[in-house]
Amino acid sequence: MDTVLRSRSRTVVIGSGQPFCVIGERVNPTGRKGFQAQLQAGDLSQVEVDVAEQVAGGADMLDVNVGDPLADEVELMRQAIPLVQELTDLPICIDSSIIEALEAGLAAYEGKALVNSVTGEDERLEAILPLVAHHGAAVIALANDDEIPMEPQRRLAIARKIVSAAGDFGIPPEDIVIDALAMPVGAEPRAVTLFVESVRLISEELGVNTICGASNTSFGLPGRHTLGATFLAIAQSHGLTSAIMDARAPQCVEAVRAGDFLLGHDEWGARWIADFRAKQAAAAT
Amino acid sequence: MTHEEIIQGLYDHTLVGNAPEVRDLVNQGLADDLDPEKMLYDGLIPSLEEVGARFERGDFFVPEMLIAARAMQGALDILRPLLAETGAKQVGTYVMGTVKGDVHDIGKNLVNIMLEGAGFTVYDLGVNVAPETFVQQIQEHSPDVVGFSAFLTTTMPMFKANINALEKAGIRDDVIVMVGGAPVTQEYADKVGADGYAPDASTAVRLAKDLIERKRSAVPA
Repeated sequence: MDTVLRSRSRTVVIGSGQPFCVIGERVNPTGRKGFQAQLQAGDLSQVEVDVAEQVAGGADMLDVNVGDPLADEVELMRQAIPLVQELTDLPICIDSSIIEALEAGLAAYEGKALVNSVTGEDERLEAILPLVAHHGAAVIALANDDEIPMEPQRRLAIARKIVSAAGDFGIPPEDIVIDALAMPVGAEPRAVTLFVESVRLISEELGVNTICGASNTSFGLPGRHTLGATFLAIAQSHGLTSAIMDARAPQCVEAVRAGDFLLGHDEWGARWIADFRAKQAAAAT
Repeated sequence: MTHEEIIQGLYDHTLVGNAPEVRDLVNQGLADDLDPEKMLYDGLIPSLEEVGARFERGDFFVPEMLIAARAMQGALDILRPLLAETGAKQVGTYVMGTVKGDVHDIGKNLVNIMLEGAGFTVYDLGVNVAPETFVQQIQEHSPDVVGFSAFLTTTMPMFKANINALEKAGIRDDVIVMVGGAPVTQEYADKVGADGYAPDASTAVRLAKDLIERKRSAVPA
């Protein structure tokens, strides 16, 4: 099943036969007090820096989150989306927990966006799915409701409910990407094994694409990029097709590109070798 | 083992999160007539405070903090009924939860354990707690303090929603409201009308005690 996302001029496809989709996570003020202060002042200049770094790092798409409780998030989103589309032709993942901000982002976006996100809670489904349907977008759906189930079977059940609810609004399964919930392994030793089992179940049973916030896994731990890269490779081998991740970390991006090659999504290593040559050329200049 | 050695052992083994050893030492202390309060205040609490300090400095990582807290929890499970029996002072009651829309609980759980260690009775409502649930639990337990935790910039506005719900239910002035979580600032806490904010677990415990003290002394006897 292929999930197709578009900007004005570029198409990205998420799918089990496709290269892994790297969605850069950096345009997000969480944990960045400086960026938060800028957003409160209506200043989006940091976005330019973040976009450039992630494009250079090899992102396929960019997540855009400008949420700050002391700022006007709806207005910021209205401005941020065209700004990012000026800076790059990568398709965008519009990220907010505020419905009006998602709406503003979708209205401003040119192309087919990915909406981040809906959960299995009825009120969220009823508020967000009509928006997604109206704009012909795709949506990330978190496999949780009012709590995060630890059992993969329960995550599958919530994913199934969401796919069915989306169908009622005319959203096809290929436009739903299930977030199988990567949790901090530092807080729960089984976090990754339960996650990959959920990915396997959800992709086998529902056939839909899967995603996660990959950096969650290494929260509060040393050696985050090594853990992130290894996590991504493990998850990819269990069928994960995309991740919102640190596209500025070469280790993490290289891990999934190597995974593409090793798992048969980059035949003869054409992209792997081309990336190598590009780096070689960049280093020589 | 001398009493001093047991206290030192409690400190050392809590620090590295060795729960079975901490439990054994508590039981040995009890068998040797070591005062439960002394074990708590001279061994366990200083140890967990050191864990918190190391975490704040970046010398300790999340798993180390969590296993230390778990070791302390194991000791508290044994000591709590005994502390109640010996009439150790009841510091206060605390209702705690992560706000609606947010499922992060690592920091909240640490604060809970520090509060319990300091003598609070804690009612943990878990994660993704709706304003009406906070209202109902406050009405049920009449706590001195309610704590709202948020890890996301996008869920912090729930602080205000919760406080509005308390006002609507007519119980805002019955309870001290504390807020916390990684993205939260004093400025934001003031803006939403919270009574207190603390950047880390040990500060949260001290602040909770101070706020209760102030509130009690402000009420004419």
